[in-house]
Amino acid sequence: MNGATLSHLEALEAESIHILREVVAECENPVMLYSVGKDSAAMLHVAMKAFAPSKPPFPLLHVDTTWKFREMIAFRDELTEKLGVKLLVHINREGLEQGINPFTHGSGVHTDVMKTQGLKQALEKYGFDAAFGGARRDEEKSRAKERIFSFRSAQHRWDPKRQRPELWRLYNARKNKGESFRVFPMSNWTELDIWQYIYLENIPIVPLYLAKERPVVERDGTLIMVDDERMPLAPGEKPMMKKVRFRTLGCYPLTGAIESEADTLLAIIQEMLLTTTSERQGRVIDHDAAASMEKKKQEGYF
Amino acid sequence: MAHKSALIAADIEGYLKAHQYKSLLRFMTCGSVDDGKSTLIGRLLYESKMIFEDQLSALEADSRKFGTQGDHLDLALLVDGLAAEREQGITIDVAYRFFSTERRKFIVADTPGHEQYTRNMATAASAVDLAIILIDARKGVLTQTRRHSYIVSLLRIPKVILAVNKMDAVGFSRETFDAIVADYRAFAERIGLADVVAIPISALRGDNVTEGSPNMPWYNGRALMEQLESVVIDGHPRSRPFRMSVQWVNRPDQDFRGFAGMIASGVVNNGDRIRVLPSGKESRVGRVLTPNGDRDSAIAGQSVTLTLEHEIDISRGDLLSSAESPAGVADQLQATVIWMHEEPMLPGRPYGMKIGASNVVATITSLKYKVNVNTLEHVAARKLDLNEIGICNIGLDRQIPFDAYAENRETGSFILIDRLTNDTVGAGLIQFALRRADNIHWQSVDVNKSARAAMKGQKPCVLWFTGISGAGKSTLSNLVDKRLAAAGKHTYLLDGDNVRHGLNKDLGFTDADRVENIRRAGEVARLMVDAGLIVLVSFISPFRSERRMARDLLAKGEFIEVFVDTPLAVAEARDNKGLYKKARRGELEHFTGIDSPYEAPEHPEIRIDTTATTPDQAVELIFAKLSEAGILNTG
Repeated sequence: MNGATLSHLEALEAESIHILREVVAECENPVMLYSVGKDSAAMLHVAMKAFAPSKPPFPLLHVDTTWKFREMIAFRDELTEKLGVKLLVHINREGLEQGINPFTHGSGVHTDVMKTQGLKQALEKYGFDAAFGGARRDEEKSRAKERIFSFRSAQHRWDPKRQRPELWRLYNARKNKGESFRVFPMSNWTELDIWQYIYLENIPIVPLYLAKERPVVERDGTLIMVDDERMPLAPGEKPMMKKVRFRTLGCYPLTGAIESEADTLLAIIQEMLLTTTSERQGRVIDHDAAASMEKKKQEGYF
Repeated sequence: MAHKSALIAADIEGYLKAHQYKSLLRFMTCGSVDDGKSTLIGRLLYESKMIFEDQLSALEADSRKFGTQGDHLDLALLVDGLAAEREQGITIDVAYRFFSTERRKFIVADTPGHEQYTRNMATAASAVDLAIILIDARKGVLTQTRRHSYIVSLLRIPKVILAVNKMDAVGFSRETFDAIVADYRAFAERIGLADVVAIPISALRGDNVTEGSPNMPWYNGRALMEQLESVVIDGHPRSRPFRMSVQWVNRPDQDFRGFAGMIASGVVNNGDRIRVLPSGKESRVGRVLTPNGDRDSAIAGQSVTLTLEHEIDISRGDLLSSAESPAGVADQLQATVIWMHEEPMLPGRPYGMKIGASNVVATITSLKYKVNVNTLEHVAARKLDLNEIGICNIGLDRQIPFDAYAENRETGSFILIDRLTNDTVGAGLIQFALRRADNIHWQSVDVNKSARAAMKGQKPCVLWFTGISGAGKSTLSNLVDKRLAAAGKHTYLLDGDNVRHGLNKDLGFTDADRVENIRRAGEVARLMVDAGLIVLVSFISPFRSERRMARDLLAKGEFIEVFVDTPLAVAEARDNKGLYKKARRGELEHFTGIDSPYEAPEHPEIRIDTTATTPDQAVELIFAKLSEAGILNTG
């Protein structure tokens, strides 16, 4: 703040705090979906501020597909302990027993069973009626029209016809039994806003965002990190050590690395500003039809 | 990406510092179909380099597949989102886009331009500080232009840019531009839009979008982007009195009690005297906790937590307000209502209302008139349909703090919510409080309901019989009434047909009149319950909302809904009064079950299936329920 006006980051932060508080005041059992990525990091940081000196009055939920980078899990456990917030971890046990994995079943089935179905299981198990997500409107074209309070039917479905108009700051959080909301407090932030906020506020992030020598193999033009021994290698295929980093984080077999020298926060912001491909390209699951995100949303995926 | 600044490569830290204090401008574009709105937004994104290479190649592919610009890039495709609309070739919702320049960050709300437009435009308009009104230079000021401008003025968007587009198609003619602008200004003045800046552009070719156009040397003003970058916005007026709606009470332990909210207007300093509304209690600000810790003061637009010096009772929905110029408090208001739902607004029907952080029950006590958004004429009306705008008197179930919308967009606005589906169905802008209610005090009486009930030796209640015409409501209610009377109970039977001969003889059978019909029946039943009677109400009462309204007038347990459940085919076969035959011949309009809906109760206290139960059995069932509810035991 320079006296009379708020900077764009201060305005965005204030808006996100307002949204978080509305949900806590109007919903019975909210939860914050925590993906361990940079957007989650920024959202959690805003939540810590929104309720200070209290702790955020809701738990974090991580839907663990069991294929997350090991560094993500370590970071998650350490950070939540340090902040003193409650963390719930949910794994789709049925999927695990069926041995669902991204290699034999493909990214579509794996994501649907371990992530989408896993999320629905967890929401039902704990009876959450509002779930905060870190999605932003600038990520993808179909998200540009997403509401901040996204209404979901009792079957967790997103129906474009049932989305409510959002006027002024008056969010309508009323619902009938079984219905719920996904709430996106960071809707109006851009990728650059998130990075700039992380930089200004010194928010800890998973080191995978920073370039480092890591073992990778090349699959269909994408560099995939060999994070553990479950990664099947072709005969004669050997992981190469390359200085790489990740622009987005998810399941390691589905997350493309980029070769980079950027090993500080400033360097990755710089690289991002100079780069010419958009964020979601690193996610293997997005390389489907143009309207794929919209379909996934209708099915309950974020 | 966005910023082709040499600074990024040379000194990223310096670059970020320079961009840390950019301000944020939210704006919207309004235009009709084919005015080139999507093309303009696409052009702004493209020119500010917000498009990545992979998006650009996708755009090239899409332009070949869906585009309307031949071999050129169809920039409109950058902003048309959902798959269904792409196929239909229209945008059907509000979409938010982001771009930034060296000076500002922008959020643009894009709304579709077709007829069903008011809802989306009002939604976008509620959150922006500037509107670009697009005019096709070939067509000039159209009906749609007037409609958009009216909504812009109604929602009080502080700044307006009139962008006269497609100047390339009129040979970049100065005369054409001047004529359109003069025409527009004459209209704008009538609706109170004073601050309008006019710019001649071509979104398709890029003239006067980011840079001055060599094709229009006669134009000396700023290009559109320059205007967006430099316009001064005071979106959260600091000069206005302090207002903050309490969102949440922060109470981590016995020693801290803070009131969290976003400051709607003004400035708050520690030590300031504030008044809490609606209670009217006063205190002084203790601490001001901002996201960055304790500060001496905070300004509009910040989310803060305040502590007060005194322990006073404050809860969510209360308004903290400057003690010198506090907000108003009222339970009767006049407001402009914009209707946003397919189900029409009916006067008399109660709706949920959210204003600030308050949730109350609101009833439209009268619809004074609706406004024809094309001609601005006032038209008498009994209801408001989707996209209609009306001036209403509204009654609330309790006092709320407010300001006039003209004074404060945050504390003067509300939404209306359907109480059954929970959909947001309307938006409102408060004009002023109605004083009427202040002068009619509730007279407290010494002989009260329980005294009167005790004298009669009974527990008063309402037995509400609902069902389609010919279902058997009158037959059943009559039998129950006789048996209650025989048992020495004091009763009264309100029959729908009979009441329509007297109290409600001014009402017809439109949805609006049906709502009023039930409202009156509910109020009369309430008075009779207050008098200690067991009241039998036998009305078709087709809508859930009004049955719920009648239920809400009474205390818990006093309303017993009896659903006389008869299939339409059976009732129509009985047709004792010959009404179904008339309705089928088209001689009776708005006949329930034929051309007017019946909404069956979801959870009635008693359901009588008349195809499987004789009237005597039904009476037994009802008496068993009354006995179980303790209605018969007190005698």
